[in-house]
Amino acid sequence: MKILLIDDSKTIRSIQKNALKQIGYEDVAEAADGLEALAAFANERPDLLIVDWNMPNMDGITLVRKIREQDKTVPMIMCTTEAEKQRVMEAIKAGVNDYIVKPFTPDGLNEKISRVIGKATAAT
Amino acid sequence: MDIRFINPFVASIQCVFETMVHTKVRVGKPRLRTDDSLVHDISAVVGFSGDAAGCVVLSFSADVACRIASAFAGTKLAHDDPDFIDAIGELANMVAGNAKKDFEGLNVSISLPSVIAGTNHTVSHPAKTPFIVIPCDTDFGCVCVEFGIEVEKKPRPALATTKGASV
Repeated sequence: MKILLIDDSKTIRSIQKNALKQIGYEDVAEAADGLEALAAFANERPDLLIVDWNMPNMDGITLVRKIREQDKTVPMIMCTTEAEKQRVMEAIKAGVNDYIVKPFTPDGLNEKISRVIGKATAAT
Repeated sequence: MDIRFINPFVASIQCVFETMVHTKVRVGKPRLRTDDSLVHDISAVVGFSGDAAGCVVLSFSADVACRIASAFAGTKLAHDDPDFIDAIGELANMVAGNAKKDFEGLNVSISLPSVIAGTNHTVSHPAKTPFIVIPCDTDFGCVCVEFGIEVEKKPRPALATTKGASV
């Protein structure tokens, strides 16, 4: 299971990486914005993406739409400070499978990941 | 003084710092900022635009900022570490984003964070926008939260400018 972390904050990527390690996911790639993520998605073929919303160069919602044009099924979780209901709806409409609001606990993140991966596995 | 934004920022700073920095936040009495006498070493600024425009600034002494950034990142960060600025900026981003969800009835966007590093700098603002100061005490030391927000229909740029500081 390869996971692609997309966040312009290296600190957040590091926190997410440590949380993933706790539940046994160590095959992790990273990108600092949507453009980097598109390249990483093509090269790394991740099984799950965790996407921030507000990033330079290309934001997360644009990235999600572009990924969905290429791949209808790869699981994506939006992890962002954008907490309003309308933003959550916009992200789900764009194609994310789940949504977690910053600040988050490692347990909260891991729960979302397990749920999304479980659903994706059950669907295949 | 438009006090409707005080509670969202108080709740946000407590939530973000308790969850991500693992410290309680003891909030002092909010007050209207009346001059530029507040000096800091590190400030993180996030702008608001949309139905409400302005900014929020989190300011610290250098020592406190290092302790808070280290607790947040889970590793020791000195002020000259390249990850230090990233950590402080991300904390401000979370405080701004978490607060704006409680700006009832307002559709507001936040900017990417900017971090100002410079000993004894002040953060100035246009006189027409009142700034509210919320003094906060954490287990790592004091954090000053300041915000100035005006409700308006058309978006406009963030309001903060800096004096005597390098970015």
